[in-house]
Amino acid sequence: MKIIATYNIKGGVGKTATAVNIGYLAARDGYRVLLWDLDPQGAASFLFRIKPRVKGGGKALIRGRRTLDDAIKGTDFDGLDLLPADFTYRNLDLVLDSAKQPAKRLASLLAPLRSEYDVVVLDCPPSISLLSESVLHAADLLLVPLIPTTLSVRTLDQLTEFVGGFNGHQPDILAFFSMLDRRKKLHAEIVRDLPAQRRDVATAAIPALSLIEQMSVQRAPVAAFAPRTAAARQYRELWREARERACLPAPQA
Amino acid sequence: MGPGQREFVLTDAAGAGSEVLQALTAARDESLGWANGGAVRSRRRLWLDTFDWRLYRAGLTLEQVTTGSHTELVLTGRDGAVVATERLPAGGKLSWPRLAAGLPAGPLQAALEPVTGLRALAPVARAVSKLAELHALNDDAKTIARLAVDRVSVTYPARAAMPARLTLVPVRGYQAQAEKVGRAIGDLPGVLGGRDSILEAVLAAAGGRPGEVPGKASGIQLSPGMPAARALSQLLSALLDAMEANVPGTLKDIDTEFLHDLRVAVRWTRSALKLCGNALPRGLASQYAPEFRWLGDLTTPTRDLDVFLLGYPAMAASLVGADADELIPFRDHLTRSRAAAYRRLVTGLRSARFARLRTNWRAALADVRAPRRPSVAQLADAKIIAAHRKVLMMGGRITPASPPESLHELRKRCKELRYLVEMFGTLHDPAQRWQAVRELKTLQDCLGEFQDTEVQRMEIRAFAAQMMEQRTAPAETLLAMGEIAARLAVTQATARAQFDGRFADFAGPASRRRIAALARTAAA
Repeated sequence: MKIIATYNIKGGVGKTATAVNIGYLAARDGYRVLLWDLDPQGAASFLFRIKPRVKGGGKALIRGRRTLDDAIKGTDFDGLDLLPADFTYRNLDLVLDSAKQPAKRLASLLAPLRSEYDVVVLDCPPSISLLSESVLHAADLLLVPLIPTTLSVRTLDQLTEFVGGFNGHQPDILAFFSMLDRRKKLHAEIVRDLPAQRRDVATAAIPALSLIEQMSVQRAPVAAFAPRTAAARQYRELWREARERACLPAPQA
Repeated sequence: MGPGQREFVLTDAAGAGSEVLQALTAARDESLGWANGGAVRSRRRLWLDTFDWRLYRAGLTLEQVTTGSHTELVLTGRDGAVVATERLPAGGKLSWPRLAAGLPAGPLQAALEPVTGLRALAPVARAVSKLAELHALNDDAKTIARLAVDRVSVTYPARAAMPARLTLVPVRGYQAQAEKVGRAIGDLPGVLGGRDSILEAVLAAAGGRPGEVPGKASGIQLSPGMPAARALSQLLSALLDAMEANVPGTLKDIDTEFLHDLRVAVRWTRSALKLCGNALPRGLASQYAPEFRWLGDLTTPTRDLDVFLLGYPAMAASLVGADADELIPFRDHLTRSRAAAYRRLVTGLRSARFARLRTNWRAALADVRAPRRPSVAQLADAKIIAAHRKVLMMGGRITPASPPESLHELRKRCKELRYLVEMFGTLHDPAQRWQAVRELKTLQDCLGEFQDTEVQRMEIRAFAAQMMEQRTAPAETLLAMGEIAARLAVTQATARAQFDGRFADFAGPASRRRIAALARTAAA
């Protein structure tokens, strides 16, 4: 089981859209996928038409009073399940703080699902917190959406340095450009140059398109409702790079 | 079947699947909707099992499903849950029958091989499915359950139409809501809860039933007061059924067990004629005994070579002094000899003599007029007691100095006793019978090991001579064969050393009491 987390300290950079599309594409390739919507806003749950509610709230899950298995819901797509968000997730830091080894708690909660899923996608809330630290410790691969600006690149370096300081398990990092507007000179230059210079930046770049915003109207991944569009193509390319980086076996033809 | 999954059958009264949907829509609670789950898919379906239904008896179903150019083998358990699958490469085809060992290596083969053993998998039913899917939606337009409407047309073993089958599969986490949908479907007129598995339903539509193996003589239900001649005629008819059922598989050389089972039926028939023939009309046993002896002899060479070839991998693996590759000319010789023996067997089984034997024997059995006495219980008691006495007497005379032939003779008497106990088994208390057979089997295993190794040693000598004559035996092959013969001699000596103990157990008071008790339960 490989754990892939979409993470960025900033909000509104395309984490949820990426998690939803990556989860969908992985399932379409035949992997058994679980997407955990860790964001109390519950956008991923909404996109899959699943009520953002977990019996007992986040506390019951973190403290082990309710197993993750119990709270999982099937999406409308074969092979893709979702662990819904819950508004109480906003307090997960407090709950984690009172748990033993809070930074490793998420990994230990996911361990029993090892035989059931090939891929777990974590859709994280935008923050630096105990929860995000626990996500970074659990993940095998961090997918980091970046707006193509110089500041974003600096943020990526900070994240890399932070993760590099972990003892033992360190997740691999794959950043990718999101909300790309090729009409902007700076965007075009950064997107052209950076992937060639840095191994941790994907060649796939997700364009800023209203089609991606349409996901909340269609309530489905763009790769499902508009598979022939540029946005869907870029998500497929991003998934391919993520799959290779996470060392997942190639899907059966 | 997954958690909460439900099966239904649409009878004619329910009409077409779309009408059911309309009815459901009309009857739905306001929060429930339905959506079409895509185009109707056509699937070719083929169910596979061994001739003796090993998968079915183990609660397993193997299905080959072809959709477009994709073919997949799916093994499911009793609850419908998938045990293992094997997707064939695009456009790939498997020919049937075939042994599980001949399937692509993987979890499916690993799950099948221990169950099917030496028996080949062959088609037991074929059908074409037209599968439509409907999605049950909640008020968020979220799918909470999928309803598959499956219209199946059976094409084998006979052409037949089947009532449509509905399968309702809850989406994970929505079992409670899906249960409501299931209840609504179950309440519709003309909808019945589906109890049979799809394979059972397919076979029922074609007029069959899974698990039926023709001609199991030990399964014939006898009542103690039944006239012995009538009981014998029924048993012998069942054995003839078994022979005839195994002839096509033997002629097609599907697997080695068709010939084995054919031989078992012949052996039982010969023993019944020899031991109980005097209860049949005068002259019948003596008239047919030579014919069945001919049939038995006809099958022996091929079976002996089958046994060698089946044991070959273990034989090659057991070599210590020689290399396994050095034995290959021996395997080739066995294969050639088997092909020649098999040709003779096929000629015999296709001969007018065999056809006459079958026809005349069946007519003769149908013609048996049964006097009221003796009853089958009287016959069974007398024969079992006499056969048991003979085993005790013959075994008691065997000493360390006795020649191998005396053990061979004892083995034959033990087989006869076993056949009698099993043939008349339904007259006896099952627990007593099981115990008696178990004790007898322990002795038989020892005697079998002794004799089989003796025969195989002799055969290896004969094969070596033939191979020398045909100039197909390199020196290293002969040496490897010598090592195998030496190993057989050791095994034989071990079996011989175990004989005294095994026989003492069998001849002990507890075992004698068991046989006496068998006789009492038959007479009761």
